[in-house]
Amino acid sequence: MLLVLLILIPLLGGILSFFLKTNAAAKNIALLFSVATFAMSLCTLCHKGTLSLQADWLPQLGSSFSLSLDGMAKMLCLLTTLTFPLVLTATRANNYENENSFYGLTLLIQAGLLGVFLASDVLLFYFFWELALIPAYFLSSRWGGEQRIRAAFKFFVYTFAGSLLLLVGILYLYFKTADHSFALQSFYQLKLTVQEQNLGFWLFFIAFAIKMPMFPFHTWQPNAYEQSPTPTTMLLSGIMAKMGLYAVVRWLLPVFPVAAHHFSHLIIVLSVIGILYASLIAIKVDDMKRLVAYSSIAHIGLMCAALFSHSEYGLQGALVQMFNHGINVVGLWIVVNVIEQQVGTRKFSELGGLAQKAPTLAILFCVMVFANVALPLTNAFVGEFLMFLGLFSYNVWAAAFACISIILGAVYSLWMMQKVFYGPLNAKTELATDSSGAVNFSLIVIVILVIVGGVYPQPILDLVKDTVQTVLVK
Amino acid sequence: MNAIILSAVLGIVMMLSSVLVSNKKAYKNIALVGLLVLLLANVQEANNGPLFDINTYSMLDFDGFGLFFNTIAIVCTGVYFLLTGSQIEKVGKHTAEYFALIFFVLCGASILSAYNNLLMLFIGIEILSIPLYILTGAKKKDLKSNEAALKYFLMGSFSTGLMLMGIALMYGGTGSFTLERVATVSISGADLGMDKTLSFLEVGGMLLLTISLAFKVSAAPFHFWTPDVYDGAPSVFTSFMASVVKAAAFIAFLKLFLGRAAATSVDINRVIGVDWHMFLAILIVCTLLIGNITAVVQHNVKRMLAYSSIAQAGFMLFAVFSLNGTAKEGILLYAVAYSLATIGIFALLSRMKNTSFDGYNGLAKTQPALAFSNTVFLLSLTGIPLTAGFFAKYYMLSAVMQSGHYLWLMIVGVLFAAVSASYYFRVIQSMYFKTAENDFDHLEETPTNTFRILLVLLALVIIFVGIFPQSVLNYLGY
Repeated sequence: MLLVLLILIPLLGGILSFFLKTNAAAKNIALLFSVATFAMSLCTLCHKGTLSLQADWLPQLGSSFSLSLDGMAKMLCLLTTLTFPLVLTATRANNYENENSFYGLTLLIQAGLLGVFLASDVLLFYFFWELALIPAYFLSSRWGGEQRIRAAFKFFVYTFAGSLLLLVGILYLYFKTADHSFALQSFYQLKLTVQEQNLGFWLFFIAFAIKMPMFPFHTWQPNAYEQSPTPTTMLLSGIMAKMGLYAVVRWLLPVFPVAAHHFSHLIIVLSVIGILYASLIAIKVDDMKRLVAYSSIAHIGLMCAALFSHSEYGLQGALVQMFNHGINVVGLWIVVNVIEQQVGTRKFSELGGLAQKAPTLAILFCVMVFANVALPLTNAFVGEFLMFLGLFSYNVWAAAFACISIILGAVYSLWMMQKVFYGPLNAKTELATDSSGAVNFSLIVIVILVIVGGVYPQPILDLVKDTVQTVLVK
Repeated sequence: MNAIILSAVLGIVMMLSSVLVSNKKAYKNIALVGLLVLLLANVQEANNGPLFDINTYSMLDFDGFGLFFNTIAIVCTGVYFLLTGSQIEKVGKHTAEYFALIFFVLCGASILSAYNNLLMLFIGIEILSIPLYILTGAKKKDLKSNEAALKYFLMGSFSTGLMLMGIALMYGGTGSFTLERVATVSISGADLGMDKTLSFLEVGGMLLLTISLAFKVSAAPFHFWTPDVYDGAPSVFTSFMASVVKAAAFIAFLKLFLGRAAATSVDINRVIGVDWHMFLAILIVCTLLIGNITAVVQHNVKRMLAYSSIAQAGFMLFAVFSLNGTAKEGILLYAVAYSLATIGIFALLSRMKNTSFDGYNGLAKTQPALAFSNTVFLLSLTGIPLTAGFFAKYYMLSAVMQSGHYLWLMIVGVLFAAVSASYYFRVIQSMYFKTAENDFDHLEETPTNTFRILLVLLALVIIFVGIFPQSVLNYLGY
């Protein structure tokens, strides 16, 4: 019941928002529903072990409406339900036209995302995978920047093509299951020959690689992130990107173990190239949003490489980092949003000296930047350390090249900090004021999580332990 | 049997009412009542048997599949009358005759869903097509309409000629007009009678029949009439042509292959070397390629929909390719999803002043309910989950998967489905994300509230079928 409520509350909230009349009502209702969902997910944390639910949906097709929450899903659920209230609080000052539709679509994305993380039936998973995409497309195309229509369209068609290949892969495997069903356990019990595994692996993986995104399928991401309205970008990079990684752990590694082993070298090489490529570009860009977007590609590339490194440490690190990166990157985006709203520009060439006008923001941003660099004492360090341990045990050179990304990450993150907050004031930044209470609240929550996660990561590691065990057994 | 006879009778009733009833607005209501009677008679036949006891000498065979398709066609026509009935009145002076012709088309569709004999196939195709030639040219003062009608008539007759040649060859090769039953042909052909040995005549006949039916369903490279005809015909009749008629032609195609080629494909491979699977696969790839690529470059929504219907035909051909139980269910579900979505889109299109993409700019602001419904229809045609179109495509892909190692064909089909998103979404982009040049009315006249409610209801039905597709397949006892 709890599981259905998790999806149902944001869904109803979303549909309700469309019919509200005032913008303020829309904001408040959206916040209310997202807090309610957060409360629900806290309840799920209280249950030890896996929660599941099963209902009949399409028995003739072998598909049932089955949801389940194991450790990894609980963590991602927590991430999703935690970031939504934070995002909504921090962007309260943003004004859009037709805000009821805006917040309605945002809540619908949450319903779709939670559905992806909860589904334990492949067809249901596919449904939610696509459904999370549609509101994101509408949000980006309606309320985004100048070139939003093209960017969102490319985002949509690219991801859609990948998803359709995923559908072919699902059908391919469906007819090979023993009992012609789409259930998770049936897929886990598949016995496939090497040929079949290779083919199925690529059909599945291309969709996930596009979603993450992994080099070389990343070309849609910088434009889409830049042109989307910032709250949507927060959700896209904080949670939607994790959909791809989650799907790899849940649906790819256990179902195609031999193929995963076979292709891991290729994937790790591509990921490492992606990390270095994205980090190098991040150093050069002039726009804050693009910098954080490329930084996101770099971080996710590392997580992807760690997933394929066949080690317990790598897998644990990637799972923990999913949560950590989700929180950290939302913190970064919140600051970007504040700056964009106040000063009106995101270009480094036009910013400077904000620390003099907004000291609280500067301090909080400093912590976020350190988290982005994965300094010890921040949560990202725990994740990255585990991931590098795993990658190192797989191949020393891969780990070495990936480690260069730490240095590059420090370069662009600290450079961003320097460029935006320190240095001389200019005409535009003269008028800035310190950030509002709502923004500070969100950022402080994130900072607390960053530091607590850095000092005492054991709860999260314990939470995802059962998933790690399941995947490793395979 | 009920459907065939009653639809013909209803056509005559409509013709009589044009003489006897002088109130123009009443024709639509008479037609709706007639459709209701037709639907009830068809359902009655599915449960209890026909009202008329006529010995068809096994030339017609009324099985569950055919009767269910009749129901689908009648319901879709009913939705069509409800949504666009008022537009039909605006086409020309002879409103009742248009309704009569549509009933005759339904008669042809009913024959096609039940034929068991190649002669009946010919009769069904002709009864289906000839009223359409007239309906295409209904706007007598419009040059495009006249051109479209003439083009349709000439090419249609040509393809019917090919069909007759094919039937004659098949008769020459096998000595019978009957569609063979699938199971009786054994692979070695040892204990078969003379009419079951394969000959070049039969293969040639089958090829000609396939080509002529491919023309009817507008599969490439026999699709050249489709864009001009769909574009030139009055939008209301394009709607009917693109939905019910295309579905009926596909049912005929499927029945032909289930009867004739399914068994013979293995034998033909061995004896003569025509691989029906490969032939159809090439047809499908050409259709998907031409349909999708040309649709992307269109500037006019009506023409884009014409080309996109070619692409949709390509997807429906998957059913003819696979020929299994899933394919039969799939083609029915595809008929429902595609027809309802097409009728919905054209219901809005026929009321637009400007049918180019720019004519839709900013529609979401002035007519939010209509824009929402249109979005649902477009998403259904693309195949997004939660709409009926997704399950239709799912069944097609599932059917191909079951028929053997044709993964490459599925991947090609799926990639073209992704391409199709680009032109369907252009309409959504115009409606929601672009603003109109100046505040003008998109529609010729303000739509009535009934129309809005009906369109939104249709969109909700499509979403409902998208969540519970079994509701269509279980409901009428097929």
